Amino acid sequence: MTALSAERLRVGVDLVAIADVAESVLHFGNRYVHRVFTAHEIDCCRRPARTSDGPALYAMESLAARFAAKEAVIKVLRPTDGQPDWRSIEVHRLTGGWCEIRLSGRAAILADDAGIDDFSVSLTHEAGAAAAVVVARCRSIERTSREVGEG
Amino acid sequence: MTTNETIRQVVADHGRLAVPIESLADGDDLFAAGMTSHASINVMLALEDAFDFEFPEKMLKKSTFESVAAMSAGVTELTGT
Repeated sequence: MTALSAERLRVGVDLVAIADVAESVLHFGNRYVHRVFTAHEIDCCRRPARTSDGPALYAMESLAARFAAKEAVIKVLRPTDGQPDWRSIEVHRLTGGWCEIRLSGRAAILADDAGIDDFSVSLTHEAGAAAAVVVARCRSIERTSREVGEG
Repeated sequence: MTTNETIRQVVADHGRLAVPIESLADGDDLFAAGMTSHASINVMLALEDAFDFEFPEKMLKKSTFESVAAMSAGVTELTGT
């Protein structure tokens, strides 16, 4: 016996020390930033330099929250053969200020393979730490009676 | 300094392990020893600085950085030494 169009939820959560991200930016500079974050994420986290020729500054708590979201998405995707590029998971800020998850590359393939068709994300930061919670709707086309606990 | 010694120094400096690197064998799981995913990014960038190369995207996976032995294999693959 089978159950059709069964829906399940997956949840991922992660916590990141803002000081760890700040230390990475301080030590490795833009190499770190550009290996982990997309151009959109970098733009969202950039603070204006104090002078026109000064270095760009980043809102470390915002970078840390985005990294937490990427980790939370990976927990939802549950990769078994290597994790996707950090930049294939993007926290995309919408006009109203809230965010959504956009995937590309291998992250998108993993989501497709898992039947995940929708993500919700919430970010927060406080007292030196940033956190993210990601909820995904995982739509199984077909589940066996054993999986749904029947028989 | 040998490749192995350099990798161990990088892990000691950037891996944020819960135990001294000296207490771990080359094949021990560094993530089990306390290295976080975020710390592994620092290890990756520090290895690039130490050996003057850039990890290609196909090697940017957890297994590349899971142990000193795995990193040594990756360095050897990229430097040919």
